[in-house]
Amino acid sequence: MKNNLLNIAMAFVLVGALFTSCKPKDSNDAVSGNAAQKAYVAPGKYDEFYNFVSGGFSGQMAVYGLPSGRLLRVVPIFSEDAQSGWGYNEETKPMLNTSHGYVPWDDQHHLNMSQTNGEVDGRWIFANANNTPRIARVDLKTFKTTEIIELPNSAGNHSSPFITENTEYVVAGTRFSVPPDNVNGDVPINSYKENFKGYISFVKVGKEGEMDIAFQIECPGVNFDLSHAGKGKSHGWFFFSCYNSEQANTLLEVNASQKDKDFIMAVNWKKAEEYVKAGKARKQKVKYAHNVYDEKTHTAKSEMRTEVLVLDAKALKDICYMIPCPKSPHGCDVDPTGEYIVGSGKLAALVPVFSFDKIQNAIKNKQYDGDYEGIPVIKYEAALHGEVKKPGLGPLHTEFDGRGNAYTTFFVSSEVVKWDIKTLKILDRAPTYYSPGHLTVPGGDSKKPFGKYMIVYNKITKDRYLPTGPELAQSAQLFDISGDKMELILDFPTIGEPHYAQVAPADLIRNNGQLKFYKLEDNKHPYVTRGEKESKVVRTGKRVDVYMTCIRSHFAPDNIEGIKIGDEVYFHVTNLEQDWDVPHGFAIKGANNAELLIMPGETATLKWTPDRVGIMPFYCTDFCSALHQEMQGYVRVSPAGSSVPITFSVGTNFPPATK
Amino acid sequence: MKNIKISLLSKVLLLIVAALFVGTLFVPMWQIQLDAPQYPEGLVLQLYANKIGGDVAIINGLNHYIGMATLHTENFVEFKILPFIFGGFALVSLLLIFVAKRKAVLWLFISFVLFVILAAVDFYRWNYEYGHNLDPNAAIVVPGMAYQPPLIGYKQLLNFGAYSIPDTGGWMLMGAGILLLFIILKEFKFNKKKEIV
Repeated sequence: MKNNLLNIAMAFVLVGALFTSCKPKDSNDAVSGNAAQKAYVAPGKYDEFYNFVSGGFSGQMAVYGLPSGRLLRVVPIFSEDAQSGWGYNEETKPMLNTSHGYVPWDDQHHLNMSQTNGEVDGRWIFANANNTPRIARVDLKTFKTTEIIELPNSAGNHSSPFITENTEYVVAGTRFSVPPDNVNGDVPINSYKENFKGYISFVKVGKEGEMDIAFQIECPGVNFDLSHAGKGKSHGWFFFSCYNSEQANTLLEVNASQKDKDFIMAVNWKKAEEYVKAGKARKQKVKYAHNVYDEKTHTAKSEMRTEVLVLDAKALKDICYMIPCPKSPHGCDVDPTGEYIVGSGKLAALVPVFSFDKIQNAIKNKQYDGDYEGIPVIKYEAALHGEVKKPGLGPLHTEFDGRGNAYTTFFVSSEVVKWDIKTLKILDRAPTYYSPGHLTVPGGDSKKPFGKYMIVYNKITKDRYLPTGPELAQSAQLFDISGDKMELILDFPTIGEPHYAQVAPADLIRNNGQLKFYKLEDNKHPYVTRGEKESKVVRTGKRVDVYMTCIRSHFAPDNIEGIKIGDEVYFHVTNLEQDWDVPHGFAIKGANNAELLIMPGETATLKWTPDRVGIMPFYCTDFCSALHQEMQGYVRVSPAGSSVPITFSVGTNFPPATK
Repeated sequence: MKNIKISLLSKVLLLIVAALFVGTLFVPMWQIQLDAPQYPEGLVLQLYANKIGGDVAIINGLNHYIGMATLHTENFVEFKILPFIFGGFALVSLLLIFVAKRKAVLWLFISFVLFVILAAVDFYRWNYEYGHNLDPNAAIVVPGMAYQPPLIGYKQLLNFGAYSIPDTGGWMLMGAGILLLFIILKEFKFNKKKEIV
């Protein structure tokens, strides 16, 4: 009896052990022995790649080194950045201006680097703003946002800022179709089908990177989601995924998931260009901001534009074509040869791959399945190269390694799947932690991928790092993809929520003419002070302009009197240093905005409205030198109507001290 | 003895000497390299025949902590004279090709050596002057500390290591001196037989 009991107990233990061993393996098992070595970059050594990562709801862009995952810098784009004064100082406030006025935040989803002949060229990086539709351009010589253009007739600029292979255009699309800006938008929401339109925008990029909306295409009201340009043989075409072909305006999670297939819209933009040239576009009254930062004056200007050219996709029959794609497609990715277009239906149980040649044939032979809101629908089979069967659950995005392989993220089954583009066979699977969104391979959406690494950006972090309360960092995971099997080598936390990212070889950026400091003699700021002798304080009515200089380790002037309650004081601070990595900061007590962080040779302006009588200190906030703590000054604030005259000095007690 | 002419080889060498003197006008003669933990890439002060070059502005900026006077080309009369001296040496070297008297070459060499000694003394004097004449109100005053860079070689000055060595022009001048010495040795020692004949 006792033995029996023992046996039964043993049996339970065994069964228990069996169940436990069936449990999916711990994530640690996914890491191989030499992972640390592969991701290790010794102190003082440089990384192999720059990784530019969208900040999502942070509105900014983060720059990491790969393979170390070290955060190199956060570049402010669409959100105010108190530490650098972006959006707070007078010079950069115009950068965040829109037709809605000053917008201090946005949701930055995707980045696309400029390309030449379909290869990343390291000149600029483009960024989209999802909430208040805009595209920004960051100059990679200065890592500074130098241009932002707003997009009219749009809402939710999600399928952006993808570019053509010679950076001819950067595109935008509308995720939330809305009534166009020039009509009365005061309509019932359930008149979606009748009144709502989907606009896509083609923004021309000039030689110096300057952006200008060349034309927009008015399409049926759907949700445009993601896009990618054709390349090589398919150069001249652009592909946009769209969902909600049901045209639902409420409870989209159900109502926009009804149809078996939505669409990938193929746009013949070369043809569209011809129509614009032929005068087929109509001029439409709109209002949108175009903001440019001038490197010589260190100052941004915002200009309101009032007109845009619009082509009608319905009337002009041969610029847009719908390709059926199961089910609510998200990612829309074109392989390095330009032949294959991968559509990732979020709810689909397979991944369809379309062939550019077949699409062209289908158009030539009119192999249509009727039309969608006046736009021809190509027969699914006529456009299809093939389907990846049983790939995983919840496919989202695909990147390429240049060796004929594709890598697709699966949100629901939390994995990356490697498959062969031609044969559509699945080659490898790797779990990710947890639920990946975008992924990127260096140059992975260009003609020439550098297929050594792959980074996957996960939406859920949970237990990957030490806990930090309810709010956690997001997680990126680096894989070595140089072998047959994908090999996880590093996790690193990211700022904001990363969406699409770009990666370029370090030398391409390092050797692009990186600016180390601004030359003082080239500083054309209207309030520049080129030397201490020129520093001064000028009163014009209630406005006081302080022409101030800073150099290790003092401000000039550092004693200012004669400021009165009711004044608006503008501190125009010029950093006189002419060497790399000697910034100075400027902060003054009670300022209702932020600090200034001034690079060598730069001028920046902080507006300050004194609110009380007294002595207000200001100081340098960037530890600049051994005598940084001595770098300070005082402003005397007198009551309104006081007779204290404006005086300023440095190094002498002037006026002489009195009782 | 006075009539002895120098050989063709010596004339060719004199032409090279003249070229070296001219070349010195365009490249730095001397350099003081400075290294500090904060300047892994190093800073350099370069002395040309007619100016101070290199990272002068940065070095002047740093020197204000210790109260050293700032360096400005226009404060040194040397930079006005030196181009003429080198030009003169070049001209004399060229003339000697036609004069071709070995004794004249000897005089040129002696005057060059004298110049080098004078230049070294002058350089030392300035180093001393800048290294010792410090503003008593400077932020950093280390009692007994002077910041005189070495005449030649290495010296640690607070967080900076100073390394004073010839630059391209210096090596060219040295070359010119060696060539002159070679001509003299050749003409005086190995041509003794000719002398007798």
